[in-house]
Amino acid sequence: MSAPARPESLALLDKFVAALATRGLVTEQEIADRQASTDRASPEIGARMVARAWLDEGYRRLLLANGAAAAEQMGVSMAGAPPLGVLEDRPGLHHLVVCTLCSCYPRAVLGYPPHWYKSFEYRARAVREPRAVLAEWGTTLPPATQIRVVDSTADYRWMVLPMRPPGTEGWSEDQLTAIVTRDALVGVALPRLPVAAAAE
Amino acid sequence: MSDAPTPAIHDLGGASRYRCSPVERDEAPPDEFGKRVDAIRQILAQKGFMTVDELRRGIESIPEEEYFALTYYERWLTSISNLMVEKGIIPAEELR
Repeated sequence: MSAPARPESLALLDKFVAALATRGLVTEQEIADRQASTDRASPEIGARMVARAWLDEGYRRLLLANGAAAAEQMGVSMAGAPPLGVLEDRPGLHHLVVCTLCSCYPRAVLGYPPHWYKSFEYRARAVREPRAVLAEWGTTLPPATQIRVVDSTADYRWMVLPMRPPGTEGWSEDQLTAIVTRDALVGVALPRLPVAAAAE
Repeated sequence: MSDAPTPAIHDLGGASRYRCSPVERDEAPPDEFGKRVDAIRQILAQKGFMTVDELRRGIESIPEEEYFALTYYERWLTSISNLMVEKGIIPAEELR
């Protein structure tokens, strides 16, 4: 999936940029600025939203009711982005997000989607055999736990609000943010305590 | 078997051909080519030259053989460059 672009595609890109630039439609500066702002979005934003929801009931309610508004509260601009839905895990219910048609992903709060999220295998299998997919991430859920697989679309993006793991009582927002990985926000993994903390 | 129509190429949810293939856990960020295409796509959308739905239509109408041969951002570039030609914003000759 992450094979380099072919030489003819590199050449096409150069011609395309030149054609746009000649007409004043897109400049190199705009491309550089946009690339820099896109690079700044990272899963840490989504992780902090989850940590805050675990600590602040009012924020949790906002996050579940209007994910985009909750993101804006973290200083993220959601202008032009599709709505953000947040799926709350609870005992007996786990959520997994996929975009079966392509790669829709809440980029404003998670950054670029990883290659595997866009892969044909993930897109095909997440809805058909989610437990087998989760197992590849080392994630095993009790057989009685229901797995809801939710399709992100061009019009509506989803992320998961996982359950706060036991053993994190009294933790700060920063500490909690650190255990919420991008994979946990997609639903292929669960937040996990560092070994040292778990042993305490 | 049902007489449901064959799904379109991009409609991969549940497709059995990937049943036994593990998900390749590639964590590398997009390369320069990908980031550049991504940025241009966003700028064109912001300036009102195209929408996400048009991007999708452009990707989803790539012939099957090519769809599976191209990388992700090559599919995007194919879509957005075709769109700009289709809309008369860029002449096709300049991309040859």
